[in-house]
Amino acid sequence: MMEANVATEVAPAASARASEAISMRVEGLTAFYGAHRAIENVDMVIEPNAVTAIIGPSGCGKSTLIRCLNRIHEIVPKARAEGKVLLGTDDIYAKGIDAVAVRRRIGMVFQKPNPFPMMSVYDNVASGLRLNGLAGDVNVDEVVERSLRQAALWDEVKDKLKAGGASLSGGQQQRLCIARSIAVQPDVLLMDEPCSALDPIATYRIEELVVELKQRYTIAIVTHSMQQASRISDNTAFMLAGEERVGRLVEFAPTRQIFTNPQDKRTEDYITGRFG
Amino acid sequence: MPMQREASVGNLAGSSSVIATTAQAFRRKLFDQFMFGIVVLCAALAVVVLAIILLDVAIKGAPALNFAFFTERPLPLGEVGGGVAPAIIGTLLMLAVAALIGVPIGVGTAIYLAEYGTGRFADAVSYTIDMLAGVPSVVVGVFVWAVLVRQVFGSFSGLTGAVALALLMIPIITRTVEEMLRLVPDTYREAALGMGVSRAKTIMYVVIPTAKGGIVTGVVLAMARAGGETAPLILTALGNQFFNLDLMQPMAALPLQIYAYASSPYADWHTKAWGSALVLIIVVGILSMLTRLATRGKF
Repeated sequence: MMEANVATEVAPAASARASEAISMRVEGLTAFYGAHRAIENVDMVIEPNAVTAIIGPSGCGKSTLIRCLNRIHEIVPKARAEGKVLLGTDDIYAKGIDAVAVRRRIGMVFQKPNPFPMMSVYDNVASGLRLNGLAGDVNVDEVVERSLRQAALWDEVKDKLKAGGASLSGGQQQRLCIARSIAVQPDVLLMDEPCSALDPIATYRIEELVVELKQRYTIAIVTHSMQQASRISDNTAFMLAGEERVGRLVEFAPTRQIFTNPQDKRTEDYITGRFG
Repeated sequence: MPMQREASVGNLAGSSSVIATTAQAFRRKLFDQFMFGIVVLCAALAVVVLAIILLDVAIKGAPALNFAFFTERPLPLGEVGGGVAPAIIGTLLMLAVAALIGVPIGVGTAIYLAEYGTGRFADAVSYTIDMLAGVPSVVVGVFVWAVLVRQVFGSFSGLTGAVALALLMIPIITRTVEEMLRLVPDTYREAALGMGVSRAKTIMYVVIPTAKGGIVTGVVLAMARAGGETAPLILTALGNQFFNLDLMQPMAALPLQIYAYASSPYADWHTKAWGSALVLIIVVGILSMLTRLATRGKF
């Protein structure tokens, strides 16, 4: 990657960051809401500088799975998880690990764009830094501009940084949320159906953005659209819930393989639309 | 084809014509208008009643209002003039101290119930707040009298009056603020938590600013109620005919002044009672407006 023939590689700046990107590994992950087992025994790898898509029909546990990856499912009362989730070599579920610290390194973008309504565009992007007490160490203006540029939003908002976060269009709001998440420079970016609430054009722009972001970050994305998964992801995980409504990972493979040569019949049935 | 469609729609309407007969349409419309009318009537009634009260107080109280009314202290019977200035100052001072005590406790309890509240302790707190809200204000007054006036301080004072008012304010503030906090969509909490922000900071810098308007409403409502309470103040602040800023001494208050004037047999004092009532309404109104103005941020 650091060789002379850079022409076929990613841009140098990104390459420097790329060497820091971290993989995640999920081992035997089982999650509960109270007594109900939502997902069981999931094993998969989320590769660095790649987009891993998680697909499956409604209720298969894909949202639960991704929310376990940064321990945000724990904010629901009585929710817990067993198993291991490794960020690099650290198990985020190890005893004594602070969930708050985990989420600083594994960021999340949600289905419905949720910029803080009481803050301006600028303050929204800076909020992660400020609320984590990091604003004193950096030039906030610089970080905000860099994050908005990386989120492909800078040109559209550079003249209205003081405008309310909610005054942007849906697609812009979602890119604002992405900028907000990457401002704190996480290692991994989790995205839970980020385009569900957006129109096709905004969706297209976000998909372009995700493909660009993978040069710098490790990305996992839950999507209810198989087409989206096949468009933008490098690896795909297919999940399915059985009759007991326990979600299981059916198949995990490079995207091209899942969509052209699935190994499991259930995967094949899903991608050919025999059920949805 | 068109014939088929007509027949099936006609079955829907229960007759054999297209869509529905004019008679049915008319009946339905009439009923709609009737219900609309009733609802508008109820709303108008509420507004009219409020307007009548305000107008009545304004008309009867206006004759008492002059510069002296707002700046001088009450004079003994027989002397002309005088005013309710000590009562205005006393009400404002006691409300301020009551807010100082009641707002942190009320808002803090609301935050606990809305953001952390699961389990038996939270249930107990919630239940207790509901009960506290139902305690008659005179009972609160007797309680504060027995504990603070008799035992602790040994005398009537503005401070004990403020404590009694605070006890009345707390349930209102807690309930309203709790509702407002619950109305803040979870998605904003998740957005903050998802960036690795701690729970406490999420509440302080995301949830509360978002619910700011509702919190102010709760505080204003509580102050409006406390500002008009008379019974608890009779037993705690006692009232004072002289200018007094010392919280450890008996203190005047507008409701007390109204009570004193209104229960007298003198016509002049009755007019002054109406005037005091009008001033109380104005004071509470201005207080509400100022609180809203002062805490309005960018939305």
